Parts: sequence; C-alpha cells; structure tokens
Amino acid sequence: MKITRTRSLPVGRVAALATVGILLAGALAACSGSTPTASSSANADQIAAALQQKSTITYWSWTPQAKDQVAAFEAQYPNVTVNLVNAGTGNDEYTKLQNAIKAGSGAPDVAQIEYYAMPQFELSKSLTDLSSYGFSSLQSSYSPSTWTAVTGGSAIYALPQDSGPMALFYNKAIFDQYGLTVPTTWDEYIADAAKLHAADPTKYITNDAGDAGLTTSLIWQAGGKPYVSSGNSVTVNLQDAGSKKYADMWNQLVEPGLVSSTPSWSDAWWKSLSDGSIASLVTGAWMPGNLETGALGSAGNWRVAPLPTYDGTAATAQNGGGGQAVLAQSKNQLVAAGFLQWLNSGPGVSVFLKGGGFPSTTAQLNDPTFLADAPTYFGGQLINKVLLDASNSVVPGWQYLPFQTYANSVFSDTVGQSYANKSDLNKGLAAWQESSVSYGAQQGFAVNK
Amino acid sequence: MSSLQLSSPPVMRRTKRQWTGWMFVLPFLLVFALVLVAPVIYAVYLSLFRDQLVGGNAFVGFANYVEALTDPNFWDSLGRVVLFLVVQVPIMLLIALAAALALDSARLHAASFFRIAIFLPYAVPAVVAVLMWGFIYGTQFGLVGSFDKFFGIAFDPLAPNVVLAAIGNINTWEFTGYNMLLFYAALRVISGDLYEAAELDGARAFQVIRSIKLPALRPAIVIAVIFSIIGSFQLFNEPNILKSLAPNSISTFFTPNMYAYNLSFAGQQYNYSATIAIIMGVLTAVIAYIVQLRGSRKEL
Amino acid sequence: MSSVSRTKGGATYRRKSTILTIVMGLLLVYSLLPLFWLFVNSTKTQASLLSSFGLWFSGPFALFDNIGQTLTYNNGIFVHWFGNTLLYVVIGAGGATFLALLGGYGLAKFNFPGKKFVFALILGAVAIPGTALAVPTFLMFSQLGLTNTVWAVILPSLISPFGLYLIWTYASDAIPSELLEAARIDGASEMRTFFTIAIRLLTPGLVTVLLFTIVATWNNYFLPLIMLSDPTLYPLTVGLNQWNAQASGVAAQPIYNLVITGSLLTIVPIVVAFLFLQRFWQSGLSAGSVKE
Repeated sequence: MKITRTRSLPVGRVAALATVGILLAGALAACSGSTPTASSSANADQIAAALQQKSTITYWSWTPQAKDQVAAFEAQYPNVTVNLVNAGTGNDEYTKLQNAIKAGSGAPDVAQIEYYAMPQFELSKSLTDLSSYGFSSLQSSYSPSTWTAVTGGSAIYALPQDSGPMALFYNKAIFDQYGLTVPTTWDEYIADAAKLHAADPTKYITNDAGDAGLTTSLIWQAGGKPYVSSGNSVTVNLQDAGSKKYADMWNQLVEPGLVSSTPSWSDAWWKSLSDGSIASLVTGAWMPGNLETGALGSAGNWRVAPLPTYDGTAATAQNGGGGQAVLAQSKNQLVAAGFLQWLNSGPGVSVFLKGGGFPSTTAQLNDPTFLADAPTYFGGQLINKVLLDASNSVVPGWQYLPFQTYANSVFSDTVGQSYANKSDLNKGLAAWQESSVSYGAQQGFAVNK
Repeated sequence: MSSLQLSSPPVMRRTKRQWTGWMFVLPFLLVFALVLVAPVIYAVYLSLFRDQLVGGNAFVGFANYVEALTDPNFWDSLGRVVLFLVVQVPIMLLIALAAALALDSARLHAASFFRIAIFLPYAVPAVVAVLMWGFIYGTQFGLVGSFDKFFGIAFDPLAPNVVLAAIGNINTWEFTGYNMLLFYAALRVISGDLYEAAELDGARAFQVIRSIKLPALRPAIVIAVIFSIIGSFQLFNEPNILKSLAPNSISTFFTPNMYAYNLSFAGQQYNYSATIAIIMGVLTAVIAYIVQLRGSRKEL
Repeated sequence: MSSVSRTKGGATYRRKSTILTIVMGLLLVYSLLPLFWLFVNSTKTQASLLSSFGLWFSGPFALFDNIGQTLTYNNGIFVHWFGNTLLYVVIGAGGATFLALLGGYGLAKFNFPGKKFVFALILGAVAIPGTALAVPTFLMFSQLGLTNTVWAVILPSLISPFGLYLIWTYASDAIPSELLEAARIDGASEMRTFFTIAIRLLTPGLVTVLLFTIVATWNNYFLPLIMLSDPTLYPLTVGLNQWNAQASGVAAQPIYNLVITGSLLTIVPIVVAFLFLQRFWQSGLSAGSVKE
C-alpha cells in the first residue's frame, strides 16, 4: 500500500497564486533581466497596494540588525505590523521551521534562512516561488553567487541579504612579532602555522575543531563540486579532485596539530582572538563586525587579506550568508513579499549595513562610501575593498545538497572523528559521503546513480 | 511490607460504591490520556509508516523495527547508556547510601546543614548545571585548565574517551543528594525498638547497618535503582547541551534519546524516530519490571 | 503506619565524629563548588570573566550591575521569562499536585472496576522516554492548535505519575478507612469528606509532591523548547539556553555575564523554596519509599 502524500495548500491560496500567475506571465517575460525600477507589472502594484492595507505579518530572524530594520519598515508603512520573533539561531530556527511545516501551521510569513539550508525547504515546497511576484527582474541587483544560491531553475525562493566571500583575517601584531609573512598561497600559510607554533606552543595560526560550513567552503574554493543535484537525482562525491586537493592541504595543519581545537564562537575562542593565541581566521566577509564587538583586546591589530590559494591566483568561496524567504504557509503573501523586497533593497540594506553586515546587493557593494570605510579596529585599512575583490572572485558553479542541514548535522560524527584523532581528513570525508548517500537513498533520492 | 509490590494496595470490599472511585481518578486519567496515552498510540501508528522527502508516505509494517534492530548507531547508543548505567548508577547510589548512613548516624557535626547543602544541586535546572560544568571543564579558561597548568598535564574532560565520565559526573552531582534524601527518609522511619534490641545484644555500628538498616532500606534502594535506570535510558539533556562544547566527542547518536531526537529534528525521520522511542520505552519498562520483581522477591 | 520516628535509632547521645564530618565535608565541597563558582563569576564583568581564575573574585564587583543588565537586556525579556516560569509552576505544579492528590486518594481508598488496568497503565507510562515522545506530542498538539501557547507547556506538566504513586501509598496508610466510614455514616458527601478530612491528613505527602512538581516544572526544558517558538512565552531554562546560544553561536554577542547571572537568578527562588519547605517534605518523602 502506498499513500501518496499531497502537500495540499489551502484552496484559497492556490487560487490566488494561479490568478497572480496568469496575470503576470506576460509582464514577467517582458521585464526579466531589467532593473527593479523598470518592473511596472500589475504585480508590483498589487504588492504596493497590499502594503497600504492594515495587516500583520510574522518575521523570524536572529540577525542583530532585524530589529532596526523592522522599525524602519514600520515607519515607512505604518499600516503593516511586523511581529519580529527570534526563534533561535541558524539550525535551531530551521528545526522550529521544519516542525511548523510538518505540523501544517505555525510558520512565520517571512523567515531568515542561510543559503546552505534553502534547498531543503525548496524541496518540500515550503517556500513561495517569488518569480510569480515578478522578482525575476531583481537578478541584476545581487551579486551572481548569491543570486544563484536563492534560485533553482526559473524559481526564486528567497532574496539574498548578506554574503560571505571568504578572506584571511589576521592579527598583524602577532604576524610581525613572529616574523610571519602574509601568505598568498596555502603552502605559505602552512609554513607560517608551523613557524608560529614552534616559536610559541600556546599560539596557533587558526582554530578548526571541525566545521561543516568551513569544510564545504574550502572544498568550494579548491574547485570541488562534491554535490550535484537536479530534481530527485543527487550525486555526492566528497573524493573528487577538489575535495581531495583541499583535504591534502588542510591535513598538513590538522594532523600535526597546528590548528587549535577551540570551537569557534565559544568563550575560549573569543579570549584567544583577544589575546592573540589564535593569529588568523579563514572566514566570511561578515566577520569584521563580530571581531569589533567580541575581541576587544586585539583592537587595531587585525587586518584583512585575500584568501590564500593553491597557485597564487585569486579564488575564493562563499562562507555562510543568507537571505529571507516567504513561507508557503503565509496567509499574507503579498505583504510578506513586499516586506521581503524592502528588506533587501535600498533602505532595508542601509539599515543592515549600519549594523555591520556585508551586503549582497551590487549597488551597495560598489558604493564609494562603503568602499571608503576605514575602521580603526583594522588599523584604518580599507577592508571593504579587499572583501569586494573577494566577492568578485568566488569560484562559480557550487551547489549544496537538497538535505544539507542533515548532512551538516552528522559532520561531527564523521569528519569530526578525523579532527578528534588528528588523522587523515580524506577518511572522514569518505565517511561523511557514506552517511549522506545512505540518508539520501532512505529519503527516496536517486543517489549516485 | 514493601510498597513496591506490583499489586494494588489492600482491596476494600464496598460493592455499593463501586464507581465512586472513578470520580477521583477521572480528572487525572483524562489529562493522562491526552498527554501520554494518545502520543504513545500516535507514535506506534507513526512507527508503521515511512515518510520520504521524495515519494511521500507509505505503510511499511514492521520494517522500521527491523531497521532499528540492525542499526549499528542504535546499538552503539544503547551500549553507551548501558555502560553509563552499570558504572555511574552504582557509584552515585553508593555515595548517596554512605551519606544517608552518615547523616543517620548522628555522629556528624551540623548534620542538617550537610543534608540541605548536598541536596541543593537537585534543585538546579539541568540547563544551568551543564552550563556551569561546561565552564569548569574548559581546558583553557576553566577550572580544569587551571589545574592542568598547575600540574603540567593536558587532561581534557571532554575528549572522546572520557566525555561519558564527564557527563556521569554532572549526573552524579545533580542526583546524589536526591537519592541520599530518599535513603535518609527511609532510615528515619525504622522503629526505635529495633535499635534498642540491637544495643541490648551489644551490636556494633556496622552490624546495625548490615542487619537492620540495609534490610529496611531495600524498598528505597529498589525505587532509586528503578528511577536511575529510567534516568540513564532517557539520558538526553546533559549530552545534548554539552555537545556544543565537544561536537566531535558527542555524536548525534550518543544516547538512544539523542538519536531519536536527531532523527526527528535534523533528519525529519519522524517515523524511524518514533520506532526508536517505542523500542526504548518497552525495553525500559521490561528492565524496570525485572528489577522490581527481583527487588521484592529477595525481601527479608 | 508511616510515622516519622523522632528518635534517631536511639543514637542521639552518640559522640560526634570529626573524621566522618571531614569525609562528608568532601561531598559537601563537591556539591557546592559549582554553585560557588556560579556566584563568584556572576560578580565579574564580561571582560574579567575570561581573564581571571574561576574560583575567586576578581576585577570590579559587578554583581549588581550584572543583575541590572540581566533584568533589562532586550526590553526586560528575562523578567518576562521569570513571570512565565512562575505561571507554569503555579498552574502546572499546582494542578499536577491536585490531580495526583485526587487520583491517589481515589486509588487508595476506593475499589472500582478497572482499577488494575489504571495501575498498569500508569506504571507503564513512567518508563516511556518523554523526550522521544516529544515529536508525536508536538504533532498532535499542533493539530489541536495548542503549540506555541502556554497550554502546550502546562498540560503535559499536569501529569505526575510519581506524585500519584506517592499519594496513593501515603493515603493508604495515613487515612484510616474507619474515619471515612464514620464520615459517610454522618451523611457527608464523598467530596466533602475528601476536602475536610482527607486533605488534612495528606498534607505531608501533598507538600512533598508539590515540591517535586515545582522542581520538575521550574526545571522543565525540553518540552517548552519544542513546543514554543515565541520567546515571550519561554520559561527561564529555554530563555537562558537561547542566551547561551546567542553567546556561542554564529554572529555571537558576548553576553556570557548575562548567561551566568541569569543562571544564578534562576536557581535562587527554587533554593529559597527548598529551604522554606524543607521542614515538611522530609516526612512526606518517607511514604514514597517505605511503609511499615
């Protein structure tokens, strides 16, 4: 016996969406690729009209900027009340979101979702396809890699908020004190790591206790394409050339114990960043604001450099970052879509940047005042220039799994064991692949077929 | 003599009022049915299906049970709580027993202060307990770190091979006082006549403990063991909260309960998770029942 | 009859032992050390928290400043959580105690059809891992529209099988059946008999059950964690863990001083309740474990 589950949407909503779709089919075709201001579809008008009506929507987000953004939005649209809820950070929120979806009610209208987690919600048809609201025309407003991350085929599942092109953040005082050169290649980075730890065994070039996000990003940078999915067919190959290239390189740091095993974001980690016992970080462009508030002890010492590469030519990857999506459960789709668009354009982005975020919008990325920012925490360095260069050298073509949140949850069971034993990461990656493959098969995907 | 026998307390013949008792029991049972019985039935129902991300929901009979019983992760988690049970529970109960006997001996200065202070950790929420011990276990800035530096060693309580002991320590800290009080209360109701008789016989303190106190404690020990078995098999809060500090040491299937939780919440395998829950429930009930039977059979 | 004997085994005149006191002192240190750590560190600022030895005071004495920050952070959400916890405790623990009292009395003093079945049902339920049942419970509650409401936390905490069991055994001993017969002959209704005679005799057991259900609801963590998505409904435990996640998650805000001071403020009321009620629970507890 087989019961086919119909993830039925409320009839009213389906009808409304259908109407919207028919109305806009023509308009969309006409304006795709154009700038947002040029989209004069009936749809934009409908959204604009809906924002003038009295309504209340719920927005789940944990970002520090959300509160100010909501306040600014409500000031601009006094009839709309946005009920901001912090339902947990990252995975905690996705769990709650998944529960609400499973339960069929209780999900917010708009939710913050990181890029890596989006495919999972897309797959379960939990997110509204925003292309039916004419959002296709917004493509040129966002950096290519973030736009790719929120779309699947012709469907648009979210708008990008921030991005995390990776760079090397390093403590210049420590680098100077121990005579380390700012590395341009990973070989140089490994040499620095050995030199520093030999000179002072309490100091490490960086920390890595095993982090799925960092691992996938570094595989991305090395040119690996371990995850390929289209429809229900999924390929997992964490032993492809890029993955192996990464593992062989990173092994040289992990196996001899040249990286600290302090978990990121722990109190000990902040302390180590403050007192210089962790001398650099390989992380996303959203890091500066965090350093400024969390590692006060080393203020003025930090600098940003391009991520080291294998051959010295610029290449980087995205690390973290995310955007917002409208939930299919939302009973107020138009207002939700309007809020979403406001959050990730013009005024919404300005508020976001004031709170120390790194944008995904091309207008802000290329804004002269943004590029002229020279924070004293970074010794007056024009850090956004470095980070913008990173944004422009992200290796294209990366995909996450349609069940990446699950895969990440078993990272510590598999690759984490290589970290715990200071042993070959390739073995851990093979085990991770095995777990991911068997889960995918269990969930009905055609994996590696 | 034992209140733990699996039989109802003395039957009262009062056929006329047959249904009056229901009036008192019904409110409890109604809520009980809603919050416990219904979810159990629902879990059994869930365990007979398999819902996939691709392909939807299908009736699979006992396939989930077959899968669970051949799942190395499940056996791994079960083995770990059994190890926890046979090591941590005896240690905790022996400490609690010794402390209760010490309190009861009347040879202790400031006994009531001891009693309350040792019981205090029981009142501390597991979340707070794990937060505190997590800080203490820190090898860099925690208390352990200070000791490591002082003795020039590199002991890490959260390393994979000792993390179970670190969790056992948190549980021992939380529940020793509770068990001590359970035993102490049982000691307090021993009739004074027994002691007088023993003293007339010239019995020494340890003889009194062996031949009077321990037999009288048997029902309390049985109940403490049963609660500890249930507690061990349900081990969840401590490892789950500690996992953020030691992700590589505590796997997603560290205990059966964590496994069930992660199956549901990380993997959306609600059906398989319900299966694990049912298996653990039956297993716990059976073991608790056996302990209970053995405990009362050997009664003196 | 379960009566608390006041003579400690005829041993009241025994000599005090210093060695025994020292050995017990070790257990005492073990029990209190983490609590002492908590207190010491709630007097430190975020900065000196990480830079000083954990077991002694250091830097400016910031306890009151920390308490102020804890109570006002994020528009005083902590006070809100405190209020929620009180609500859950008063209705949850109060209700659980009342239901256990009624049910335990009914089971102890009446014979009725299906009693054996009730007994087996309750015993079986104790063994089911509550955590693992969380998902079915969650899905069921969401069908009933109860998730993300206070009822999602209160309803499950109304059931205390251990409390019922304790009252049952206690009532069997503490209430002489002859007394109930006499009341019935006088024409008192069953409810009246219960409220005027039984409750008074059951008071020690009642206080014990109340104390355990208070601890259980005050410390309740997992159920509200799953059931609630709105932080304004959180109890203290879930709120504290969210702060901890905020302090240690991605894009962390360094608010460890608030986590620590919040933890301290969370356990103070329950500790006070313990000290206050400790005169009562002891005699009640003995009923649960031992009958003569």
